Amino acid sequence: MTISRKPLRADGCETQREMSGETAHGFRLSRREFVAGAGALVVSFALAPRLGLGQNAQDAGAPGSLKDTPILDAWIRIGADGTITVFTGKVEFGQGIKTALIQLAAEELVVSPSRIVLVTADTARTPNEGYTAGSHSMQDSGTAIMNAAAQVREMLIGMAASRFGVPPETLAVKDGSIRAADGRSVAYAELVAGQALHVAAQPQSKLRDPKARTIVGKEFPRVDIPGKLTGAVAYVHDLRLPNMAHARVVRPPSYGARLGALNSGAAEKMPGVVKVVRDGSFVAVVAEGEFQAIAAMRALSRAATWDERATLSPQADVYAEMQTLPHEDYLIQGDASPGAKTWSVESSYRRPYQMHAAIGPSCAVALFEAGKLTVWTHSQGVYPLKAAIAEMLRLAPDSVRCIHMEGSGCYGHNAADDAAADAALIAVALPGRPVRVQWMRAHEHLWEPFGSAMLTTVKAALDAQGKITDWQFDVWSGTHSSRPGKAGNLAAAWLLQSPFQLPLPKPIPQPEGGGDRNAVPLYDIANARITHHFIPKMPLRVSALRSLGAYMNVFSIESFMDELSLAAKLDPVQFRLRHLKDTRAQDVIRLAAERFGWNAFDSQRELGRRRGRGFAFARYKNLGAYAAVAMEVDVDRESGRIDIVRAVAAVDSGDVVNPDGIRNQIEGGIIQSLSWSLYESVAFDDTRITSRDWSSYPIMRFASVPQKIDIHIIDRPGTPFLGTGEATQGPAAAALANAVADAVGVRIRELPLTGKRVKAAIGV
Amino acid sequence: MITLNVNGRVHEVDADPKTPLLYVLRNDLKLNGAKFGCGLGQCGACTVMVDGEAVYSCITPIFVLKGRAITTVEGLGTAERPGPLQQAFIDEQAAQCGYCIAGMIMRAQALLERNPSPSDEEIRVHMNPALCRCGTHMRILRAVRRASDAIRNASPTGKRT
Amino acid sequence: MNNPVKRSPSLKITLAMMSVLGMAIAIVVAVAVARHASSAGAAQPLSAAAGSFDTTLVAKGAWLAAIGNCNTCHTADHGTTFAGGRALPTPFGTIYATNITPDQETGIGRWSPSDLLRAMHQGVDREGRHLYPAFPYDHFTHVADEDVNAIYAFLMTRDPVRAKAPANRILVPRAAIGVWKSLYFKPGAIASDAGHDARWNRGRYLVDGLGHCGACHTPRNALGAEKDQEALAGGSAEGWRAPALNESSQAPALWTVERLVTYLRTGFDAAHGTAAGAMEPVAHNLSMVPEAEVNAIAVYIAARMGASAGARATAAGMAPGAGNAARSEPGEDAPIDAGKADDGDAIYRSTCARCHDDGRRGIALDHSTSTTDTTPGNLIRVMLEGIHPREGEKGGIMPAFRGALDDAQLASLVSYLRMRFGHAPPWQDIGSEVARAKRELASEDRKPS
Repeated sequence: MTISRKPLRADGCETQREMSGETAHGFRLSRREFVAGAGALVVSFALAPRLGLGQNAQDAGAPGSLKDTPILDAWIRIGADGTITVFTGKVEFGQGIKTALIQLAAEELVVSPSRIVLVTADTARTPNEGYTAGSHSMQDSGTAIMNAAAQVREMLIGMAASRFGVPPETLAVKDGSIRAADGRSVAYAELVAGQALHVAAQPQSKLRDPKARTIVGKEFPRVDIPGKLTGAVAYVHDLRLPNMAHARVVRPPSYGARLGALNSGAAEKMPGVVKVVRDGSFVAVVAEGEFQAIAAMRALSRAATWDERATLSPQADVYAEMQTLPHEDYLIQGDASPGAKTWSVESSYRRPYQMHAAIGPSCAVALFEAGKLTVWTHSQGVYPLKAAIAEMLRLAPDSVRCIHMEGSGCYGHNAADDAAADAALIAVALPGRPVRVQWMRAHEHLWEPFGSAMLTTVKAALDAQGKITDWQFDVWSGTHSSRPGKAGNLAAAWLLQSPFQLPLPKPIPQPEGGGDRNAVPLYDIANARITHHFIPKMPLRVSALRSLGAYMNVFSIESFMDELSLAAKLDPVQFRLRHLKDTRAQDVIRLAAERFGWNAFDSQRELGRRRGRGFAFARYKNLGAYAAVAMEVDVDRESGRIDIVRAVAAVDSGDVVNPDGIRNQIEGGIIQSLSWSLYESVAFDDTRITSRDWSSYPIMRFASVPQKIDIHIIDRPGTPFLGTGEATQGPAAAALANAVADAVGVRIRELPLTGKRVKAAIGV
Repeated sequence: MITLNVNGRVHEVDADPKTPLLYVLRNDLKLNGAKFGCGLGQCGACTVMVDGEAVYSCITPIFVLKGRAITTVEGLGTAERPGPLQQAFIDEQAAQCGYCIAGMIMRAQALLERNPSPSDEEIRVHMNPALCRCGTHMRILRAVRRASDAIRNASPTGKRT
Repeated sequence: MNNPVKRSPSLKITLAMMSVLGMAIAIVVAVAVARHASSAGAAQPLSAAAGSFDTTLVAKGAWLAAIGNCNTCHTADHGTTFAGGRALPTPFGTIYATNITPDQETGIGRWSPSDLLRAMHQGVDREGRHLYPAFPYDHFTHVADEDVNAIYAFLMTRDPVRAKAPANRILVPRAAIGVWKSLYFKPGAIASDAGHDARWNRGRYLVDGLGHCGACHTPRNALGAEKDQEALAGGSAEGWRAPALNESSQAPALWTVERLVTYLRTGFDAAHGTAAGAMEPVAHNLSMVPEAEVNAIAVYIAARMGASAGARATAAGMAPGAGNAARSEPGEDAPIDAGKADDGDAIYRSTCARCHDDGRRGIALDHSTSTTDTTPGNLIRVMLEGIHPREGEKGGIMPAFRGALDDAQLASLVSYLRMRFGHAPPWQDIGSEVARAKRELASEDRKPS
C-alpha cells in the first residue's frame, strides 16, 4: 500500500485530502493498516503513547519531546520521491511554528525547505505533545525535531558510508543527497528504501554548527502566509467535505440556564432543515445550507424558553468577593512564619476577567461513520480533546480521532474544544454525514473561558541604600487551566441529559504556575515570601489566556518596582539592574533602555503635554524568553486619553530560528496587552455575561495602536530555545502603567487603564 | 436563481435571495477569502469590494447585488502571482493568524482605488473599522503604505494600471 | 546592667555625625515614602495660576464647561483638549477655534476674569475685537457672572499648551459683526419665570445659556442668526439635523424627563435612539455633569415638547411603547422576491430586520426620531456612515451601508422606512437628498466607513 503524494503546495503543507487523512485506499487508516504497508516509505510507524513504549533508561535523556516520543520515524519520514515528511504534535495558530519547524528540519537535514511537508497534530499520525501552549513549542517540538533531523542525517551519512565503503567524514551532504569524494552520490530516498528509521533517539545529537547555518536564524518568510492572502483553504472554517451539513447550536443565555420548553416544530419545517438535535439542554439544528441553519437556529431560539437563575454577584464586588471564596493557599517561596516586618511600600493591584475574543468564532467539523468519530478542530490539544470527547460520548478512545486545522488566533483555551464537542455530539446524531458547527459571535463571547480576575498585594522593605531587603507577594486567582482531558471540561457536556460536571481544578505547579506564573520575581531579593491563593471555583468560567497569571503578576511586580524606585529615589532602570545577577536579564534591560534613549528622555512638559516614559522587564516563567519593554505615552490630562507614542522592546529568545517570527509575536503581544490594559473587562449582570460582541467588549483599533514599535533581538545561537509568544504580555502592561504614572504623577493599580479611570485618578 | 458578478465572472446562484453574500461566496462559490467574524458588520473579516467600495458581505443580502461588480481577495491575485497589495502583505509578513487579513486587504484595496496616495493618517482612519486581534496592525499599515508606494512608482500618473 | 561606654572625643563627633546622617537619611526616606503615599500632589496642573483658585470653584467650573461643551469646539481631532485648532465650517467660511488653555502667548493666559466676562457676555475679545458668533455668545450672554468666574477658575488651572490656531478663512470682516450684533444680539441675563418652579427655571437657564442648545436646534436666518420666534424648532449642525425640542417635535414616543436624562447622560434611549453625529460629544460631556443639572435641563426640554406629536400620541394611547416594538412583517424569515432588488420592504427585511426588529441590537425603527423628522438627512447619514462609538468605549455599532446599497436602493429603503415606521407624509426628492448627503460627507473631513 502506498500513500499517494500530492504535489507539494507552496505553503509546505499537505493538501486538504491529506490533512483529512484520506488515502488512496480509503477514508481513514487504522494504525495496523498503516504499519502493515510496504513500499518505498518508512513503513513502520510507532505512535508511542505519552507514557512511552517501555523505554529503557537511555531514552530518558533525549532532548525536548523526544523524551516522550523517542522513536525517530514518529517525527521524520522520507518518501520515495524525496519528499520529507516531518510530524509535530504542536499546532499553528499564527505564531509561525509551522515555518520555524520546517526551518529546523531543513537545516539539520540539509535540504531545501520546499522539500519538507509538515504534518501538525493529528491523534492518528503525530506524536502526542499535549497542548500547544505555555510557549513550549520551540522548546519541546523544536528541540525534538531539530535533534531528530540531525540524528536522521547522521544515520543517512552512516548508511552512505557503508554503501560507498568510505569513512563518513569524507562525505558531503547537500540538498538531500550524499556525495563521496570520488563523485558517487546517493539520494536520501534511495538510502532508506526498504529500511526503517524505527530506532530510538539518542540523548545527544550532532547538531550543525550555528555558524554554518543557512536557514535557521535567517529571515525566512512564513510558509502559510501567501495562501492565506489569496484564498487558499487554510482554516478549519474552510474545510468542505462531500455531503457536509451545516449546524448551529442554540446556546443557553447564561451559566446554569436549563432548557424549559422547546417547541421545535416550526424550525423543523424550515427550508433545508435536516434535523433538530436535543439532549437535555443541548439544542442544535442541522441544515443543508449554512444560512438555512442560521435561520433555523434563530427560529429555534425564539421557540425555546430557559430557566435562568441569578447566580452572579455584582461586578463591582468582584475583588471583594474573591477573597471570601473558598481557596487553597500555597506558599511558593519563603518562610511559613515570617515574623513582623516594617514595610517601606505596600500596594495592591487588580485585574478583571478578560477575554480571548478570537476574531474568528470557533468552528469544528465532525464525521461519525462505522463507529468511528473524526473531528477536525482548532483545539490546542487534540490528544486531551480526544479523551474528553470519547468520555463524553462513551466511545472507546481508539474510535475517536482529532485532527488539527487552523483557527484564528486563540490566545489560549478559548471555545475551540467546545465547538469540537458540539460537532461530535451532532455528528453522532447524524451518522454518515460530516457536520460543520460554527459558533456565532455572541456564543464565543458569552461561553468562552475567560482569563481569571486576579488580585495581588505586594509589600517590600528598602534599606538605606535602596536595596530590597524584604518582599511579600500574595496573589488571588481562579484557575488558569480548565482544558480538556475530561468530558466535564466541555461546555456541551454540562447540558446533556446525563451531564458531566466541570472537574475541580488543581493549580499548575511551579515553576510553570498558573495564577502564580511569574509570581516569583527574577530579582535578587534576600527574603521573599510568595503565596498563591488558589480559588478552585470562580463564578465565571475561566481557563488559560495568553501568559496566564504572568500578565497580572508581572504587571503588579513591575509597577511595584517603579513604586519602590520612586521611594528609593533611583532611576527605575538602574533600580532593576541593581537587583539582578542574571546577565541575560541585564542585557535585555540595557538594550531596551539604550535603544529607547532612556537617559536622554525629555518629558517636554512645557508644551503642556503630559508625556511620560515607563519601563518593565520579565523573564517569562523565569524559564522562557527575556523581555524588556520601554514605552512612551502622551496623556491628555483633561480626558484621560492615553496615546502610546512608541514602544521599544528587547528580547532574548535563546537560539533564534526565525527572527521575524519573534518580532511578529513580540509586536502582537505588545499590542494585544495594550488592548487588554487600556480597554478590556468582561461585563456581567446578576445572571448573564453582557459582553456579547465588539460593541459591548471594545478592543484596540487602528486609531489607538502605538505610532511606533521597535524590537531588538539578542540572538544566542546554540543555546536552548526560549518560548517567546507570551513574553511581552506582562511587561507591556506594566510599562504602560509606569509611563502613565510618570506622565501625570498618579499610579493606577487597577486594570484596565480606561480614560475614565485615568481621569478620575488625575482629578479636575 | 440570482446572477452575481464576482471577480469578473458571472455566476448563477441557487440560493435564497436573503442569503448574505458571505455564505454564497464561501459555500456556493468556494471562495475562502471572506471570513465569518461576527455576522454583524462590526469586525470587517468578511469585507469584499462592491463597485469599488468596501462592503461587509456578512450583512449584505445577495439580491441587492444584481448588476454590481463584486471583488474578493481571490480576484486580486494568486499565491503564484499576487496582486500589489497581496505582494506588499507578503513582503511585510503582515499576518499572524491571518484570519482578518483578506478583509484588511479588500478594505485597503477600496482605499487605494479611490486614493492612490493616502497619507499615513488617512490609511489609519480608513482601516479603523476593521479589527485585528493578534496585533498585526503595524505591519498592516506598513503593507498598505508599501503597496501604495509600489503602485505609484509603477505608474507615473499615480493611477492604478 | 549599667555599663557606660567611655567615649573618646573623636568617637563622640563621629557618633554625632552618624546620628545626624542617620536622621537625614530617615527624613529623606520618610519624605520619599510620604511623597509616594500622596502622589496625588504630582497630578496638579502646571499653569502659573494653579493653587490660587479654590478647588471647589475649579470643580464647579469643570462641569459648567462640560455643559458648555467647550472641549468639543476648542479641541482639534487628536489634539490636546482646549488647545484649539478645530475647523468650524459656517455658511460664510471656516473659523478655527482658539486656544483657551492658559498659555500666555497663544492661549488666554493673560486674560483677566473681566476679559472672560466680556467675551462671554458681549462677544468681544481681550483686544476689543468682535468675536464671530460661531462662538455662541448670543447664548453665553445669559450665563451668570459667578458661573463665568467658575469657568474662568477652571480654564486658568488647565495645562498651558503652546498652539496657535490657523487663520480664519471667513468672508465676513470683523467690523461687520457690529452690524450683525445690532440687529440680532440681545445681551443680558434671562429673568426667572415665576410661573414655573425652580427646576424648570434652572433648566431654562442652562439650555438657553451655557448649553446653547438653540445654536443647533433653532433654525437660522440668511445672516446666520437664530430665529427667536422659532426657538428650538429644529436646526442643523455639521450636516446633521438637530430635531425640534419644542412642540414641533416629531418624536414618535414621548420624551419624558427620565428618558431625556438617560439619553443625555448615556447617549442612548431605547425609545428614541442614539446620540450620533454632533450630539455624541454633548452626551459624552453631560455624562460628567451632576445629575441634578441634567435633570433640570430635561425638565425644561420636556416641558417645551409638551404639546408635541409624541405627547399627543401618548395621550391618545397610540405611541409605540417599549413593549410593542415594531417588527418587520411578514417577518424576516418570510421569503422575498429576488427580482425586486430595489424594493424597500425586501431590503429592510433581509438587511435591517436582523438588528432592528424588536430593538434587538439597533433601535426599533418606529421609535426612531430619524424616520419622523422633517427631512431624511440624519437617516441617510447613519445608513451611509454607520454609528461608531468612541475608541475603546462600549456603544452600539451600526455598520456603514455605503457601497452595500446603491443610491437607488438607499432611497427606496428610506422611503419605505418613512412609510412603514414614520407614519408621516412621504419625504420629497429622497434621491437628491442621498446625493447631497454623499457630497457633504465627501467634502467634510469625515472618517470613511
